[in-house]
Amino acid sequence: MNLEDYKGVWVFIEQKDGKIARVSLELLGAGRKLADKRGVPLAGVLIGDRVKHLAQEVFAYGADLLYLYDDPIFHHYRTESYMRAVIDCCRKYKPEIFLYGATSTGKDLASAVATDLATGLTADTTMLDVDAETGLLEASRPAFGGNIMATILCKKDRPQMATVRPKVMKALEPVPGRSGQLIEEHLPLGEEDIRTKVLEIVRETQKKVRIDEADIIVAGGKGLGSKEGFQLIHQFADVLGASVGASRDAVEAGWIEHHHQVGQTGVTVTPKIYFAIGISGAIQHLVGMQNSGLIIAINKDPNAAIFQACHYGIVGDAFEIVPLLIEGFQAALAREVQYGGKV
Amino acid sequence: MLHIVACIKQVPDTKIIKMNPKTNTMDRSSAPAILNPYDAHAVEEAVRLKNRYGGTVSVLTMGPPPAVKAIRKCIEIGADEGYMITDRAFAGADTLATSYALTKALEKIGKSRSIDLIICGKMTIDGDTGQVGPGIARRLDIPPLTSVKKVVEINKEKGYAIVHRKLEDGYEVVQSTLPCLFSVEKEINEVPYAPLPNMIRAARYQPHIWSVDDLEDVDRTLLGLKGSPTIVSKVWPPEKPKGGEMLTGTPKEQAERIISLLLERKELFRAKEELG
Ligand SMILES: Cc1cc2nc3c(=O)[nH]c(=O)nc-3n(C[C@H](O)[C@H](O)[C@H](O)COP(=O)(O)OP(=O)(O)OC[C@H]3O[C@@H](n4cnc5c(N)ncnc54)[C@H](O)[C@@H]3O)c2cc1C
Ligand SMILES: Nc1ncnc2c1ncn2[C@@H]1O[C@H](COP(=O)(O)O)[C@@H](O)[C@H]1O
Repeated sequence: MNLEDYKGVWVFIEQKDGKIARVSLELLGAGRKLADKRGVPLAGVLIGDRVKHLAQEVFAYGADLLYLYDDPIFHHYRTESYMRAVIDCCRKYKPEIFLYGATSTGKDLASAVATDLATGLTADTTMLDVDAETGLLEASRPAFGGNIMATILCKKDRPQMATVRPKVMKALEPVPGRSGQLIEEHLPLGEEDIRTKVLEIVRETQKKVRIDEADIIVAGGKGLGSKEGFQLIHQFADVLGASVGASRDAVEAGWIEHHHQVGQTGVTVTPKIYFAIGISGAIQHLVGMQNSGLIIAINKDPNAAIFQACHYGIVGDAFEIVPLLIEGFQAALAREVQYGGKV
Repeated sequence: MLHIVACIKQVPDTKIIKMNPKTNTMDRSSAPAILNPYDAHAVEEAVRLKNRYGGTVSVLTMGPPPAVKAIRKCIEIGADEGYMITDRAFAGADTLATSYALTKALEKIGKSRSIDLIICGKMTIDGDTGQVGPGIARRLDIPPLTSVKKVVEINKEKGYAIVHRKLEDGYEVVQSTLPCLFSVEKEINEVPYAPLPNMIRAARYQPHIWSVDDLEDVDRTLLGLKGSPTIVSKVWPPEKPKGGEMLTGTPKEQAERIISLLLERKELFRAKEELG
């Protein structure tokens, strides 16, 4: 393999129902920095069915080029069809670096592609850098349950691939009208070449709060003591119009469903305000919320690790403090309304 | 009769792991070795499918000799056979080299009894990538189905499987040809306490143990550290957060302080009122 043949930074543009996944825009932001440092173009790879109109958005967020595979066969994400498109593109245009969102789709696709291209893939990266001279990608990630950070290199193979956690990189401010080069590709691929079929897509009927999109999150942990105790979190969240988050131990106790779990094996969140109530602050929890705008912690134990990670901390019993907060906030709300101001 | 192989790994329990702060390496003696929790669900699902359709469940692991313990744990869950590949040559493998070695072992297992289905865990808690499962599927050129949270049907006669794959906002129903590979979510099942006869069988069970020489057509340059494109170049402790302001005063005063902090960000609360 001649490493010199491989050039450019690529981002897999994940889309669903004609909408680009936020993480792909974040990766265009991160990719732009790598590309500029290395002095190479930034490209997106977009696969789907009638998705050409998304090209403009990809350019607005920083890409110079977009490789497009637009065909009905790509209507649903399927590993086998998407993988063939990505591999085809890599073999033709040889990228040096290729980033994917660490979503279920991104991870599924990247794992398959890396195997066929026989190259290195670093999972769940949270920091990226590149050596301007050599183009070596430095992909860093938490390891051993978050106890250490490790930097992973792929020295001899190309492309250097990584999946990157949502919410850790920053998207650029979009520049409307920014232009780029659209390269349309075609793959002779028929339905008979694909061994899987999507029979049906079922959206969960009860509307689930996407906590990763919430402005305010009230999260509770094992310290709430019981499922009944955990209701306090729901009450407080209701009053604030917030979403409910939880530690893994609260989820494992069966007090709340898994999609509320914040942290390494849950969701990464960056709300403007994050309440951590009765949560000890284990590293696996912290990695999922430490970039929140304002972190307020309430815990009985003055030595709890969460106090190292918060902006404001209250040492106290949740069952005493939270009712005071609920009451006080409701009173403040009423006051504002009375004086005609909006809260 | 189905032949299902679950891929399992013995891992250090990262929950109670201690790090050596000087070297940033794991203090292995501090962490007991356990069956990767996600793989227990993979084995359990294989056993349930065996009970439903009839057949055999084998488990396969690559690891150092003490990993026999993890295989015994799988026998407790209800697996019939255990295979372990263990050799210096496998050491230091990343996900690409791991999937290569496991594929070679699967090919050998498949020679004596052809494999209909391979089940992997969602991820390991030490490697923590979820990449090995799809890697094996690609090498065997069978469809990889990740994020499987329910198996609807396996139909060996007609050669297909139907599963639910978890999505961010629901799930999709997917049909695949057999053989294929699943990576399963932990919500797919609950692993019950092992029945006594299984425990007795497990205690005495001796798995098939193979070294590299027992495998066929192996390209040794693709194994272990040599066959791994990725390397760990450095490790460091995660940055310690500096800590914030601890509020003082009576609980009531502290609560008031928080409320005034919230009211400084009024714009966040507006949306709710506008919604009605
Ligand atoms: C591989 C791996 C992945 C993991 N992923 C995650 C993850 O994604 N998310 C996650 O959260 N965890 C994760 N964990 C688990 C994590 O290590 C911790 O075990 C977990 O976060 C602890 O939850 P907790 O803080 O609710 O419980 P505890 O650690 O038990 O803390 C409870 C806290 O409540 C306080 N408390 C008790 N009573 C009260 C009261 N009345 N009022 C106020 N405070 C009170 C206590 O002082 C204590 O600090 C993971 C672990 C591993 C090994
Ligand atoms: N050394 C191994 N031996 C057997 N199976 C493994 C091994 N490593 C990974 N696996 C399987 O691949 C899955 C994903 O692992 P990982 O890519 O390490 O997160 C695990 O849940 C196992 O099913």
